[in-house]
Amino acid sequence: MDEMDEIVQEFLVESHENLDQLDRDLVALEQQPGSRDLLASIFRTIHTIKGTSGFLAFGRLEAVTHVGENLLARLRDGKMVMTPPTTDALLAMVDVVRELLASIEATGGEGEVDVEPVVRRVTAVLDGEEQPAAPQHAPAETPEAQPEAQPKAQPEAQPEAQPEPVAEPVPELVAEHATEPARRNVADSSIRVDVDLLDTLMRLVGELVLTRNQIVRQAGAQAAVPELAGAAQRLNLIASELQEGVMKTRMQPIDHLWSKLPRVVRDLGAALDKSVELVMEGRETELDRSLLESVKDPLTHLVRNAVDHGLESAAERLTAGKPAQGVLTLRAYHEGGQVVVEVCDDGAGIDPDRIAAKAVERGLRTPAQLATMTHADVLQLIFTAGFSTAAAVTNVSGRGVGMDVVKTNIEAMGGTIEVESVLGRGTTCRLRIPLTLAIVPALTVECAGDRYAIPQVSLLELVALDADRAASEVEDVNGASVYRLRGALLPLVRLADVLGVESDRSDGHVLIAVLQAEGKRFGLVIDRVLSTEEIVVKPLTSRIKELGTYSGATILGDGRVALILDVQALARRVLSAEALERATGQATAVETTVASDHLRMLVVGIGGGRRVAIPLSSVTRLESIAASAVEQVGSREVVQYRGAILPLLRLDRHLGAFGGQDSDELTVVVYSAGDRSVAIVVEEIVDIVDEDAQVRSDIDDHGLLGSALVRDRIVELLDVRAAILAADPGFHDHAPLESAPELAEAL
Amino acid sequence: MSTRLVTFTLDDRVYGVDVGAVQEVLRGQPRTRIPLAPTSVAGLINLRGQVLSAVDLREQLGLAAYSADQEPMLVVIRVSGEPVALLVDSIGSVVDVEADQFEPPPDTLAGVARDLILGAYKLEDQLLLALDVDRAVAA
Repeated sequence: MDEMDEIVQEFLVESHENLDQLDRDLVALEQQPGSRDLLASIFRTIHTIKGTSGFLAFGRLEAVTHVGENLLARLRDGKMVMTPPTTDALLAMVDVVRELLASIEATGGEGEVDVEPVVRRVTAVLDGEEQPAAPQHAPAETPEAQPEAQPKAQPEAQPEAQPEPVAEPVPELVAEHATEPARRNVADSSIRVDVDLLDTLMRLVGELVLTRNQIVRQAGAQAAVPELAGAAQRLNLIASELQEGVMKTRMQPIDHLWSKLPRVVRDLGAALDKSVELVMEGRETELDRSLLESVKDPLTHLVRNAVDHGLESAAERLTAGKPAQGVLTLRAYHEGGQVVVEVCDDGAGIDPDRIAAKAVERGLRTPAQLATMTHADVLQLIFTAGFSTAAAVTNVSGRGVGMDVVKTNIEAMGGTIEVESVLGRGTTCRLRIPLTLAIVPALTVECAGDRYAIPQVSLLELVALDADRAASEVEDVNGASVYRLRGALLPLVRLADVLGVESDRSDGHVLIAVLQAEGKRFGLVIDRVLSTEEIVVKPLTSRIKELGTYSGATILGDGRVALILDVQALARRVLSAEALERATGQATAVETTVASDHLRMLVVGIGGGRRVAIPLSSVTRLESIAASAVEQVGSREVVQYRGAILPLLRLDRHLGAFGGQDSDELTVVVYSAGDRSVAIVVEEIVDIVDEDAQVRSDIDDHGLLGSALVRDRIVELLDVRAAILAADPGFHDHAPLESAPELAEAL
Repeated sequence: MSTRLVTFTLDDRVYGVDVGAVQEVLRGQPRTRIPLAPTSVAGLINLRGQVLSAVDLREQLGLAAYSADQEPMLVVIRVSGEPVALLVDSIGSVVDVEADQFEPPPDTLAGVARDLILGAYKLEDQLLLALDVDRAVAA
């Protein structure tokens, strides 16, 4: 029935529009009874309604419009002339049509509307009972009006009888024609425009914005001509407004996209034997039509996914104490220059433990990594490539198109996606999409003599350091540059290094663009900051896009091409994957625990020059054991120690350092709680320090809690709990409780 | 069967591409280099508001790179609807060649160039090398 509903809906909208026009036309027709254009227009409207109502099986509507059409056909063909009774009959017919439409809209059926009187009345006019012959309103076109008043009920038989009187319209009618269209357009207040035309306009406006940038720059340089500056200023304003206006013409309500979804949901629900109520909020939310197109597939996928995997079957729902009918809510709204689209179901929710188990099974994450992740972060794993939670591959989902593709598509258009879920209560997928892609505000920067654009949406702030400050304030965590931005360590990435070019900044100044991507902050070191401007995004060939560094190109004010940096891709490339995924959840948490704990730490080296601090309170002994004593149990390494079997954790591998030259002797830190112990293999014991942990930052790699300054060196803080779990997943289950507070206190 | 080719030179050799594929010829366009891109991509140029990538044919054909003072010309061709600019030393002329003048490349031609050269048209005073545009741009 849904497809039908959709057609009926369209039919109603169209018919209502047409009927309004019809009323005006009929009244106008009374003034100019001879107007063929008006008659033809009215005829077409009624004819369309008749056709569709027949198709949709609205019998009475069809009957009414059928007689109306007959009458109009004869009027149009000049076999009858408009008289007030004719107009009355036609208006009465339109009223009944309206009533019928209202009834269809309200109830889906034709209801109790009685069409008989109107049909009789129109037929009577047709039959000439109301004396339509008096031609008092037909100034110049009486010739063939009277003779044909009688043909009973088969007016279609007549059409060929009379050749069309070609020269019929009189001059005054021609004049009327000229004014008519204008009045209609104003009355309609909206017009249909070819999409290609809009695209062309958009492109032209893009060029205009570029030219404006050029002019404004030139005008700024020509201080001697104040008039030019004034004109440039006005041009600037007008171009901006024009750009905004044209952009608006391309905006379409998201309902265009959503209108297809009830059918999808219904069919899917039927196929899966689930009853689903689809709720849509914010249908009128608008976004650029090109984006609308790109968001279609990801959104459909999310909706299918929600019905397939999100919502439970009616039986399961009843057992869980929920109504049998599941509710799927689509919500759209504007927020901070973006469009947010949510797909929420009130289903079973996603079990983080199941996701975690699956991630381990698929080899996407190790248990140790998972142990350090928050539930929210674990949920985001569903967007990882190679992940699918569907237990069985159904013909609904699991067709090889996974959530990772959804994520990729959304990110390709500069959007983001996240998932929230409460077990037993439901799941929400939230898309954030930019309003438009074509023109974006950007910061232009220079690196090695080339100019690049950085979209403002990724830019948080700019930091400029002169040589002296740069020398003292840019520090490094074993090779990785960091800058203390208001106390927190900001990882620095040199754009020249990323691009493999030679920076031409040799005076020691450091310019940092603080960027945010995928919830992670980092500082991009550039040579120079040029300006901020609106840039028009031009596509790149797939070959250059594949480099994963540039999202597009743009033409700068001087006509040169500049590449637009793909900040998301850059972040993915230069920041470790785990850090990114954990960032959102943990960065803030760690940052806020700027600790002043007075604690003793064991500083160890793990190879590659990296130093890691382990709270001494966790450590029971430092040992040296022979490498040959290490034995395998399953996939784990163990060592015999004082008559017990100790799981072995190689800290360098755990933290991804791979410094490890294999030596015959292993330096081991033994950590015990209760009767269980693990052996942590390190490369060397460096020191035991007794210090305030002064600064902690959010530079957290997997397995680390952050980094701290210890005696003016940056040392990474080991997440002991995660490390222990990596060696012995059951450790904390059996460990006596007192170890927990101790850990919490230490870290 | 006669074919009309637009000719250009690279290292004093004459190459030709089908005239139908050529959109226009440009000179002295500033190019924006693309770090990390394959060396055959010689940068991006602005062609009346459209951004095109330029392909360095010398690199593609294994010839010596341009020196700093050489100013290559650009031949804009359309490959599957998309314009691409080719860097060439100089532009030649439009010549008509006959099918019977054509010979496939000699067996001794090896290396990268073999994939890009369809064969040679034996003109009276020299050989005109027919370039496989699709491959030259894609490789």
